Amino acid sequence: MKLDSDTLRDLVDERLPRSQVRAIQSSYKDPERFDQYVALLQERVDWDERIVLPYGEHLFIVSKGDGAYVIKCDCGHEFCDHRENWKLEALINVRDSEESLREIYPERMSGDPEWNHLREYFCPGCRTLLEVEAVPPGYPVVHDFLPDLEGFYTEWLGRELPR
Amino acid sequence: MAIVDRTRELEGLAKERGGIGWEGRGAHEMLLESERLFGETGRYCGIDELELKQRDPIRFEKLFSRLRGGLVSARETALNISASPIVKEIGELSFALYTPEGDSVALSTGIIVHVHTMSDAIKYMIRQGYEDNPGIAPRDIFTNNDAMIGDVHNADVQTIVPIFWEDELVGWAAGVTHEIDIGAKTPGSVPVGPISRFEDGIDLPAKKIGSDDELWRDHVLAGLKGTRTPMYWTLDEKTRIAGCHMVREAVERVILEEGIETYKQFIREVIEDGRRSFQSRVREMLIPGRYRAPAFTENAFAKEEQLPSYARVDTMMHAPVEIRVTRDAKLEMDYEGASSWGYHSSNCTPSAMQGAVWVQLTQTLIPNDKVNDGAYLGLNTNFPPGTWTNHSNPQASTGIAWAFLIPSFMGFIKSVSRALQARGFVEEVLAPYGLTSNAFQGGGIDQYGRQSATTNFGLSCVGGGGKMVLDGLDYAAAMWNPEGDMGDMEMWELIEPFLYLGQRVKPNTAGPGRHRGGSGYEALRLAWKTPFYEMQNIGNGRMFIQTGLWGGYPAATGYRHNIRNTNFFDVVERREPYPTHEPDPADSALARMIDGERQFDLETTTLPEVMRQGDLYLCCFRGAAGVGDPLERPFESVSADVEGEYLLPRYAESVYGVVAGDPEATEARRAEMREERGRRAVPVRNWMKGERQRILDGDMIEPVKVMYAESIRLSESWAREFREFWDLPEDFDFDVPTPTVELTRALREQEATIG
Repeated sequence: MKLDSDTLRDLVDERLPRSQVRAIQSSYKDPERFDQYVALLQERVDWDERIVLPYGEHLFIVSKGDGAYVIKCDCGHEFCDHRENWKLEALINVRDSEESLREIYPERMSGDPEWNHLREYFCPGCRTLLEVEAVPPGYPVVHDFLPDLEGFYTEWLGRELPR
Repeated sequence: MAIVDRTRELEGLAKERGGIGWEGRGAHEMLLESERLFGETGRYCGIDELELKQRDPIRFEKLFSRLRGGLVSARETALNISASPIVKEIGELSFALYTPEGDSVALSTGIIVHVHTMSDAIKYMIRQGYEDNPGIAPRDIFTNNDAMIGDVHNADVQTIVPIFWEDELVGWAAGVTHEIDIGAKTPGSVPVGPISRFEDGIDLPAKKIGSDDELWRDHVLAGLKGTRTPMYWTLDEKTRIAGCHMVREAVERVILEEGIETYKQFIREVIEDGRRSFQSRVREMLIPGRYRAPAFTENAFAKEEQLPSYARVDTMMHAPVEIRVTRDAKLEMDYEGASSWGYHSSNCTPSAMQGAVWVQLTQTLIPNDKVNDGAYLGLNTNFPPGTWTNHSNPQASTGIAWAFLIPSFMGFIKSVSRALQARGFVEEVLAPYGLTSNAFQGGGIDQYGRQSATTNFGLSCVGGGGKMVLDGLDYAAAMWNPEGDMGDMEMWELIEPFLYLGQRVKPNTAGPGRHRGGSGYEALRLAWKTPFYEMQNIGNGRMFIQTGLWGGYPAATGYRHNIRNTNFFDVVERREPYPTHEPDPADSALARMIDGERQFDLETTTLPEVMRQGDLYLCCFRGAAGVGDPLERPFESVSADVEGEYLLPRYAESVYGVVAGDPEATEARRAEMREERGRRAVPVRNWMKGERQRILDGDMIEPVKVMYAESIRLSESWAREFREFWDLPEDFDFDVPTPTVELTRALREQEATIG
């Protein structure tokens, strides 16, 4: 289903009734959705760099104009090159005690911190919680998503990667 | 049935010939040819043009619809033969149609995880020369439940019927049902207790069990002796046979009306069409690149004194889930670095893994009826031998393979969702579902004084994952079956000697987030009129399964609260209130109101222990993971969660920063919490220094160290990346034994020697 820009905005802003969301889910996927979505997100950020790829809630891969692409938060904080793991440049809080886990989960419903802990990754700019990991101690920081930007633009969309 | 009579006459005309396949070829020859053509061309059977589809697209669609309709109709009709609530109420069955080589053409609704597992079983029979011995003839009946051949675990029993037209094999109809008891070492369908396949229950490794459309008597009699629930077993088998025969009739009807050559062309083209559609779908909806979503789970058996010493250990399982989408729109799923198999029943085979991929695809990329083995051909997988994903040990148990299939495959949904968001398909984004547990499972003497067993499939309604534009579905989802249904309490009370004192939403089971995950629920059961019933708890208590997306937390873990030798009937006699549920384990109604021998802990996966009339069993079903930062959840949504008892009031503030009844104070509190985050958190690179030292010091519990050591010893590439990430010495390893890794090496050397 091709959504007009107002309907897409309402979908993103959650102003559509559940039945309409369901109808959109069941319809065919419009190839223009990517450009529509990027345009909508671009309208909403306060900075000028061009969004090349949405990268989860609050994060974007943007072009710096010199062939460099960085991961940037909507607050304006820039993390790193898009091929690197942005979490390594984030702030972290580890919930590895019964007391700290109890702030999120009731007694006996928070796992065993000796088996796994929760890692909360925050944006250093706006303190938004961007990801949570539940891993055993000593597990490498997970690099969730490494997109092939060049392949996506040139081979799938059939156009140059924006510079 | 005129059509059936006519086709039977045609079968009678079978003449002496070289093989049962097309043009006198053997089935094995056809399978090898099909694989060769795919290997050489990358297209199913080397098909270049979809000639039938292009020439007459409406006819092509009608053909598909008729076959699909035949499959759905077979399922909906046949399930009425069953008496098992798992099959009849929950719908844990499905039927599928295959080519002569065993590639799936179309499938019914239901537990479609098995569409590909049954394909594996058919191909196994073909490769093993069943055409010559025991023979494959019109009206034969075969069965399988061996995960090493093609299945997830023994409880999923398959019936497979060849379809002939005149003297040629033109396909296979197959059906599967999930048994309520499989005659394993411990009662129920997903036994926790077996430590080898010899304890997994009824063993049917691709066997011929009937001819002339009749089951052989020896098989029928063996089945009656092999399970604790012979009536369900017998009727489920009749269900599968009836469904397969209905599918066969639907195929015969299509061939009679459309012609055999059209049918042959159609089943080839529809699979190639499925392959192309799948790759188009990947290209339309995903982003090429690499995705990671590791998962973990626990098998804590160190306290289980019934087990032999080598199995009486606490084990952590590791799934380093990596999904890759290539530029040519291939999907690759890689488990390199997975930890070892173990002496427990949570091991998997490649067939189970492939089946799990299937059921995930139908809930993400291809949520429609146009799914067949074409999608399988668009997928590359790596399930390394010796790991839990591919135990490669002829003696390993797979009784409850789902225990880790679910957490690990939730990484698939999570990874796909990252791509869906990047493409703008926000309506499709989905966080991981809940683990389908607790499994209320056991057996003994029921309320009628009879021997019985049960696995309560209320577990097929845990929380659905949070979405980007909606909260997750409450108590309505199962990762392994797109049709979540918990059944009726009244039905479960008929077959289980346990009354429901209450069943309702369990607060705080959902993973917090801007959109929370779906909530789980709980049932408090009272053992009733049973002198003994051995009951298990099965689920996660120590470890979270997959976290949510973009700040969404994982669903809560579960716990055990069972009470034996209670004063329940004294409480009733005194006409005092008795508990019906336990909304807050920190203020337990069960603990306040009921005395007895209490198990109130994190031992959530246990071997069976006896319960008797008056004992209480709390069954906590899990919630799902959330999406987004909880501080962004609307005030009204959090308030509604508290009012609806989805959220305990004290967590409105500690998780969401919501001050009850005061939106302005909420904003102020949320601003403070953001400041607190800044004070509490540290730069990741600083934190990593301490974590690295912890690894060097081995400052972690034994199961964690063993898990790492298994992954390091089973995969050089995973070991290299682990060491490089933490800047560890080139030969770093943990000083712990990994006996199953060593056994795998010995097995592989033995295989190499035997050749």
